[in-house]
Amino acid sequence: MQPVISFLGAVVGYFDPVIDNIGLFADAFLHTLEIVVYAAVGSLALGTVVAAFRVSPVSPLRWVGTSWVTVFRNCPLTVVLFFCAFGLPEIGINGAYFWFGVTGLVLYTSAFVSEAVRSGINSVSAGQAEAARAIGLTFRQSMGQVVFPQAFRTVVPPLGSVIIAMIKNSAIVGAFGVGNELFSVHATLVSARGLALIPVLLGVAAGYLIITLTGGALLGVLERKVAIAR
Amino acid sequence: MTATTPPMIKMAAVNKHFGSLHVLRDVDLEVDRGQVVVVLGPSGSGKSTLCRTINRLEPIDQGTIEVDGAPLPAEGRELARLRADVGMVFQQFNLFAHKTVIENVTLGPIKVRKLGRSQAHETAMTLLDRVGITDQADKYPAQLSGGQQQRAAIARALAMRPKVMLFDEPTSALDPEMINEVLDVMVALADEGMTMLVITHEMGFARRAAHRVVFMSDGEIVEDAAPQEFFTAPRSDRARDFLGKILTH
Repeated sequence: MQPVISFLGAVVGYFDPVIDNIGLFADAFLHTLEIVVYAAVGSLALGTVVAAFRVSPVSPLRWVGTSWVTVFRNCPLTVVLFFCAFGLPEIGINGAYFWFGVTGLVLYTSAFVSEAVRSGINSVSAGQAEAARAIGLTFRQSMGQVVFPQAFRTVVPPLGSVIIAMIKNSAIVGAFGVGNELFSVHATLVSARGLALIPVLLGVAAGYLIITLTGGALLGVLERKVAIAR
Repeated sequence: MTATTPPMIKMAAVNKHFGSLHVLRDVDLEVDRGQVVVVLGPSGSGKSTLCRTINRLEPIDQGTIEVDGAPLPAEGRELARLRADVGMVFQQFNLFAHKTVIENVTLGPIKVRKLGRSQAHETAMTLLDRVGITDQADKYPAQLSGGQQQRAAIARALAMRPKVMLFDEPTSALDPEMINEVLDVMVALADEGMTMLVITHEMGFARRAAHRVVFMSDGEIVEDAAPQEFFTAPRSDRARDFLGKILTH
């Protein structure tokens, strides 16, 4: 019995850096949650609009949509974030680093959302959109009433992957300078206070897992829901 | 009808290419108010494309198309308004798969004509009654037979109170036993004086309901005659050849 207890004691003791600073972890966790919720809402909305541009009958809009995806899908996220943090103030847009971080994530992720949504739009037969136009619906109405609701079903799984990737990418926002974000906890505790790196990183990983696994589970529920609706 | 009323559909010198394929060659066609015009022709003759250019689902390269005296507008709100006045029935029905039959029929009236929900619902039920599928109102398209789906699609088009109806091979995707239930609805519509342009292979319908038969081949209108005249004494070799192939069985 004795060796088991002392082993457990050692394990718990190993995580002292996490347990002693659990308040800091909790704060950082909530802060990260806030970032990814804003970024998810923003990138889903923007990405859907960009996808609609890409299938629009107006060729300048298609051009804008295609360029948007080309630029943001092919630029490293770090570069996009640098442009947000240092480029935006130069053209007169100032704000908190928090919002620069969210903006960078939204711009970058919207390109991937757009491609996922577009694949969903392509999965809806052309006849559906033709019938919608034939009864006099405008382009926006036929998208909103007929195409998107049907595209949504096929889009849930790939969109889930995009959003989970975005949640993990949010760590770069932390490394980059948005203070008090989950990933930046390691800088505070390890670099500044000299605590052990591995247990702190394990704590950080656990924080991200809570968000991504919960997100994944919610997506599973959503997927079953939209499947039953047919 | 006075001589000054413009024809419901007027196509003049219409040309259309798909890449190197010349699908419509200098097509001139007029359909008067209340007329039922059946377009016949071998597959690939351009008849379906002709039908789809009238509400600009297919844009044309040259020529003019007028509906009820007004030229077809370019893409945008104006075009949407015109399409609301031109009913269209597709070969593959194209009912909105995620909406019930009644929702299919009320969508246009609510979103385009801005009718109230209850009024749209009432009109839709009358139309479903007319095409004989009131008991299917709350089902999804996939739960209906092909014939029922096509009748629902006709009701959806009629709900917009169109000036003219376009039928793009409405019975070609149906099992034989379901063809008549759709044709009956179309004949009734023709009898009520609806202006109709019908692309079909149903010779019986052409004989029974058409005022004119237009025969197309290789993107051209080859003959334009009364049904009796066309079926008994076709003038062109291409029409004789076509009729010989389909009427021998």
